[in-house]
Amino acid sequence: MHVVIGLEVHVQLLTRTKLFCGCSTEFGLPPNTATCPVCCGLPGTLPVMNEHAFQLAMKAALALHCSIARYTKWDRKNYFYPDLPKNYQISQYDLPFSNEGWLDIETSAGPKKVGILRAHLEEDAGKMLHDEAGAGGDSLVDLNRTGTPLLEIVSHPEMETAEQARAYLEKIRELLRGIEVSDCEMQEGSLRCDANVNVHVPQVDGTFVATPIVEIKNLNSIRNVERAIAHEIDRQLNELKENVGKEWRIDESKTSVFGDRKVRRLEFKNKDGAWVPVSKTTAGFDDRFGRTEIQRRKEEASDYRYFPDPDLVPAIVSEEQIARVKGKLGELPEHQLARLRSQYGLSEYDADILVRNGRPFVGFFEAATEVCGDAKEAANWATNDVLSLLKARNETVVEFPITGHKLGEFLAEIKKRKLNKQRAREVFAEMLESGSHAVAAIGKLGIQSVADEGQLLEMVQRAIASNAKAVADFKKGKVKAADAIKGFVMRETKGQADTEVLQRLVLEELAKAP
Amino acid sequence: MAITPNEVRWIARELARLDLSDAEVEDLARDLTKIVGYVDQLQEAKTDGVEPLAHPLELSNVFRPDNPQPSLPVDQALANAPLRKGDFYAVPGVFE
Repeated sequence: MHVVIGLEVHVQLLTRTKLFCGCSTEFGLPPNTATCPVCCGLPGTLPVMNEHAFQLAMKAALALHCSIARYTKWDRKNYFYPDLPKNYQISQYDLPFSNEGWLDIETSAGPKKVGILRAHLEEDAGKMLHDEAGAGGDSLVDLNRTGTPLLEIVSHPEMETAEQARAYLEKIRELLRGIEVSDCEMQEGSLRCDANVNVHVPQVDGTFVATPIVEIKNLNSIRNVERAIAHEIDRQLNELKENVGKEWRIDESKTSVFGDRKVRRLEFKNKDGAWVPVSKTTAGFDDRFGRTEIQRRKEEASDYRYFPDPDLVPAIVSEEQIARVKGKLGELPEHQLARLRSQYGLSEYDADILVRNGRPFVGFFEAATEVCGDAKEAANWATNDVLSLLKARNETVVEFPITGHKLGEFLAEIKKRKLNKQRAREVFAEMLESGSHAVAAIGKLGIQSVADEGQLLEMVQRAIASNAKAVADFKKGKVKAADAIKGFVMRETKGQADTEVLQRLVLEELAKAP
Repeated sequence: MAITPNEVRWIARELARLDLSDAEVEDLARDLTKIVGYVDQLQEAKTDGVEPLAHPLELSNVFRPDNPQPSLPVDQALANAPLRKGDFYAVPGVFE
């Protein structure tokens, strides 16, 4: 059996304003406060393309290895839905601005190249709130999101497992965050995914039966994409088993070609008694039960009655423009990952976390490393303490009060003074609180320079001399008795001794004691 | 190619959200048949070597900078809403 998965990913571009008007794209504004006659579709208005959106889209397409069309235009996709005030969506139909790219992904089964059919620009629809009680009450419409610039990235149907689909999405997110095209926050709707899924089941004659394609709409987390696909595969196999020979039959008259497979389709008897192909359907995913639910027959492409939008003129892209955007692309995440590993000797794990958190975060790490000279330590602090603080404070690294430079100074200072992790964290918290530099924070906390190993040794020896009982207990096998010696030294140093060094010294000296 | 009354009903209901009387369906079927016939006639024109025209104006690359402009106040935005609930447009429930 072969599973066939294609993904349509929508990402919101990082613009300040909408695609065709100057309304704000800020997330979480009060309902219907970011709309105007253009995005509400009032008569007599003219949309004008946002240049920054076009540049960002081109940047994304180039990073996805797509070729950029020299001539591109906008089309209207017509349908009625309350969240679409114009009754058409401005999108790109037959001349999208980019075509045929690819993305390299990594899964447990090894590396894979996933082809990208096209990436095009379009506007978002509004947001609807439905009567949660299901009592048939009114639905509410907020048009703030209407007209927000989206890049739609359509993959070839080349993924074969739910895991590959997840890896593909994670890779898109990493890439687009890395080149600062989108923040790809699924919870805020700036990354959304529809998955097209079907299965090819082998037949005795060497051909395959293709189940009807199901498009699972609006998946809102990467985990749910994986869950929905896994469930949908099972559902289709069951449906196939139940329906063939009853409502469905295999079309034995012809095959189509899919890669190296010969594929047969399924047919059902329509109300006129003729056998016709079972058409594509859409499904939603119910998060609570982890299952996909079939919604409706997919409208054929022609039902959208696409036609060129007369309100928008075409865009012509020159070689120089493409070269300029390419020049601004900077280092792609895959190259950055390799460089972080070779230049700083980071583990793949650390480098991956840094890269996945975007270019400013990598910059933060590099600034810290430049100051303190210890990449491993800088990576540790960045990927552990700093990341969890950013999450807790709901901040980006750019907003974080401790800059990469300050982190570097701090790391150099704790190394010089041999502060243990606990003390270091206190200093870090003080820096965060007061916005001060490491030296000032250390001064404020009254932390003295810590004793070096010679001084510590002297203290350990004094502690052993004055704690005969603890030494005797230790010799009798009570390992815990060593804590009394350590406690003595910690009191002497006001808790600033390097715990690892102290532990070693205490054990060495206790072993020597009579 | 003749457009049948059933095709008109389907287009009206599914695509245009129009509720038509039988008389209107008959009328429109006739009108649409004429329009499609005219397009068929246009299709006969020889267009080999003619570049498809995406836009009648000889303009391209009309852009605006990404600068925010004031939006409508919410009361003005909702002024034409057939039904308003709080600061939302209200529409008949989508899920029954």
